[in-house]
Amino acid sequence: MANMAQAIRMALHFAEENLELKDVFGEDVGAPLGGVFTATQGIKSAWNTPLDERGIIGCAMGVAMAGDRCVAEIQFADYIFNTIDLLKMAGNTLWATNGKQELPMVVMTPNGAGIRGSLYHSHSFDAHASRMPGWKIVVPSTPLDAYGLMLSAIEDPNPVMYLNPKALMRVRGEELIPGEPADEKELKSMIDAPIGDRSKWKPKWPKLEDYRVPIGKGKVTREGTRATMVSYGRTLIVCNQVADKLKAEGIDVEVIDLRSVYPYDWQLIKSSIRKTGRVMFVNEDTEVTNFAEHLAYRTTQELFYELMARPRVVAAKNVPGIGLHPNLEDNTVPQPPRVEAELRELLAETP
Amino acid sequence: MESMPNIESKTKTAPKQKGSKDLPLPKEKLLQIHNLMVKARSLEERLIKIYKAGDAFFWIGGPGEEAFGVTLGMLADKGKGHDHDWMHLHYRCTPTLIAMGMPMGDSIRLIMNKATDVSTGGRNFANHYSYPEWNVAPVTSPIEVQYSTAIGTAWAQRRAGGKGISVVTGGDAGTAEGDFASCLIWASRPGNELPLLITVQNNKWGISTNYDSQHGEKHTSDRGKAFNIRTEVINGNDPIESYLKLKEVMEYIRQEKKPVVLEAQLSRLYGHSSADGANRRDEPCCIELFEKRLIEWGLITRKECDDIKKAYDAEARAEMEAARNEPDPEADSIWDNVYVDNENGDWRKF
Ligand SMILES: Cc1ncc(C[n+]2csc(CCOP(=O)(O)OP(=O)(O)O)c2C)c(N)n1
Repeated sequence: MANMAQAIRMALHFAEENLELKDVFGEDVGAPLGGVFTATQGIKSAWNTPLDERGIIGCAMGVAMAGDRCVAEIQFADYIFNTIDLLKMAGNTLWATNGKQELPMVVMTPNGAGIRGSLYHSHSFDAHASRMPGWKIVVPSTPLDAYGLMLSAIEDPNPVMYLNPKALMRVRGEELIPGEPADEKELKSMIDAPIGDRSKWKPKWPKLEDYRVPIGKGKVTREGTRATMVSYGRTLIVCNQVADKLKAEGIDVEVIDLRSVYPYDWQLIKSSIRKTGRVMFVNEDTEVTNFAEHLAYRTTQELFYELMARPRVVAAKNVPGIGLHPNLEDNTVPQPPRVEAELRELLAETP
Repeated sequence: MESMPNIESKTKTAPKQKGSKDLPLPKEKLLQIHNLMVKARSLEERLIKIYKAGDAFFWIGGPGEEAFGVTLGMLADKGKGHDHDWMHLHYRCTPTLIAMGMPMGDSIRLIMNKATDVSTGGRNFANHYSYPEWNVAPVTSPIEVQYSTAIGTAWAQRRAGGKGISVVTGGDAGTAEGDFASCLIWASRPGNELPLLITVQNNKWGISTNYDSQHGEKHTSDRGKAFNIRTEVINGNDPIESYLKLKEVMEYIRQEKKPVVLEAQLSRLYGHSSADGANRRDEPCCIELFEKRLIEWGLITRKECDDIKKAYDAEARAEMEAARNEPDPEADSIWDNVYVDNENGDWRKF
C-alpha cells in the first residue's frame, strides 16, 4: 500500500495528465529532491522556487488569476505565517470582486506535530486557516483520502488549503488507490527516486484512476453508540486507536474523520451526536480559539437538550511552542493516553 | 519643494509648427493622450466632490498621475487570457483604466458603493477596480501585494509563450515591503526571467512620511540593477516621455521575455486620500504642463482645452446623478460569492 507521500505524488501525476494541472511549485519540490517529504518526486511540472513563502503564495494567486491550475507548497506549515495577509486576500478575492475573479489554487503544506520537530516543524495551521473565509480546508488522514482530496482540491474553483499531516506522510494505507499495484515493493520501484544520482531517473507511473473524496464530506471510521469522537489528520488516528482499545472492553465509540475543516460535515456530526449524546472534538492545534471550539459551541446551540455530557475539546496546550524533548511534545499535543482519559471521563459523566 | 518631482522633461523641445513631422508623437496621438488625461482628471475631481458632499465614505485616487497612467493604459494590450497584458494596479490607477476604456460611471458607482458597481458590488473602496475580462487584477488595499501576484500571471504568460506581459504598479513607500523584493527575485531567475514591467510611481510620499527620510537608494528602480534587470527612471509628469519610454520597454519585454523596473517620478496633487483632506497641493500639474506645450505647438487652443474639460465635467456629473438613484447592495448579499457559483459558505446551513 502507498504511503501518504506516494499517494499525493500519484494524485499530482493524475492531475497533470487529466485535470490540466499546470504547475507544482515550492521550495525544493522539483528535482532532485521532490519535496522534503518526497510528495512531489517525479512530477513533470514540479519546479523549485526561491526560498520565499510570500512569493510562492503570490505566484499561486497570479497563476490562478490567469486561469491555470496549480499546487503550491509551503515546505512546513510553520513557515506559512508570513503569508497570512496574502492568504486572507486569496480567500476574499472572489467576494471582494462580487464574484468576478476566481482563484482556483491549492496550497499544500505539511501540518502538525509528531516528527519531533520542535518549535518550527510542529505547528498546526488548521485553526488559523479556519479563520480565513473563502478558503476550503482539507486534512487527509489516510493515503486514499489524500489522493481523493487532492484531486477534488485541484478541480475546485476556489482556493483550497491542503494540510497534510507531517507525521502521517510515511504511514501506509489499508486501502489501495485505484490503479495502484498491490505489491508495495513494486510501487516503490516504480515511483520512488533512487538514492544517489537521480539525473537519469524517471518514474514509471501505474495506470491510475480517478477517485474523489468530496470536500465537505466526513466519514465514520469506527461505528459506535456510546460517544462520538470528531477529529481529522494525525489525531484521527489516535482516536481510532483509543476507540479500538475501548471496543475490546465492550465500549463502542463512534469516530468521525471530518476530512474537511471547512466546509465541514455538520449533518454527519449531528446525526452521530444525536445517537450517542456525548461528543469530543480532537485536534492538535492550540486550544484557545481552536476550530473545535466552534464545533463544541454549535453542538451546545443545536443539541444542548440531547446531550448527556458536556462536549469536550481536546487540543494542544496553549503554550508558545512544541518542545523538542518527547516529554515536552507529548505533554503538549494530544497523545493516546490523554485522549483515552478524556474519553473515559466523557463516558462516565452523568447528567 | 520637497515633494516635487524635479527631473527635467526630456521631450520639451519639440518644434513649434503645427502638424510638423518633427513632433515627438503624431498630432492625433498627442491630442488623444491629452483628452484622456483630462477625462481622468474630471472623473477624479468628481470623485472628490462626491466624497466631500457626503456621498462616499472615502476617497483615494490618482490625480496628478494622468501623464503616466493614461499612457500606460493606452499601451496595454487589453483583453482576456495569456496573450493579453495582465495589469496589477493599485488605487491610483483611474487614469490607466480610463485609457483602457472604463466608463466613468463604473468608477462613480464604485465610490458610491452602489449595487451597480461592477468591480465590487458596493463592497470596496474607491479605485479598487476589478476587470478580469480585461486581465485587470482586483485592486486591493494592502500595500505591495500586487508585486507578488504579478509574479504568477507573468509566469503563466511565460509558460504559455505568447505575447502577453504583466504590468505592476505601486507607490514608492511600498517598495520597502518584502513583496517588492520578491518581485525582483522571481522576475530575474536565470533562465526563467519573467515578462514583467515592474513600475513604481514615485510621488516622494508614503502617507505623511517622505521618501528621503526612509530610502538610502537614489531611485527605487536602482534595486533592479542588483538582479541584472534593465532599469529606467522617467519624468512621469511628462506624458510624451512616459508614452515613448513605456512603449519602448513594453516592446522590449514582449520580445526579450525579460523584466524591466521603471520608476516614474510624478506629483500627488490632492494629498494621500480623503484622510488628509483631499485638497489641491502646490505641486506641478501634468495636464497644465502638457497643455502649455500643446498650445505652444499650435495643436490645440486654450478654449478647446477648456471645452474638453467642461464636457467631461458634465459627463461625470451626469453619471453621478444617474448613480444616485440606483439601488444599494442588499444586506443579505453578504453571503453572495463567498465561493464560486454561490456555493453555500454559511456554516449555519452546512
Ligand atoms: C500593508 C499596508 N500597510 C499600511 C497601509 C496603509 N497605507 C495606505 S497607503 C499608504 C502609503 C503608501 O505610500 P506609497 O507606497 O508611496 O504609495 P502612494 O499612496 O504614495 O501612491 C499606507 C501606509 C496599507 N494599506 N497596507
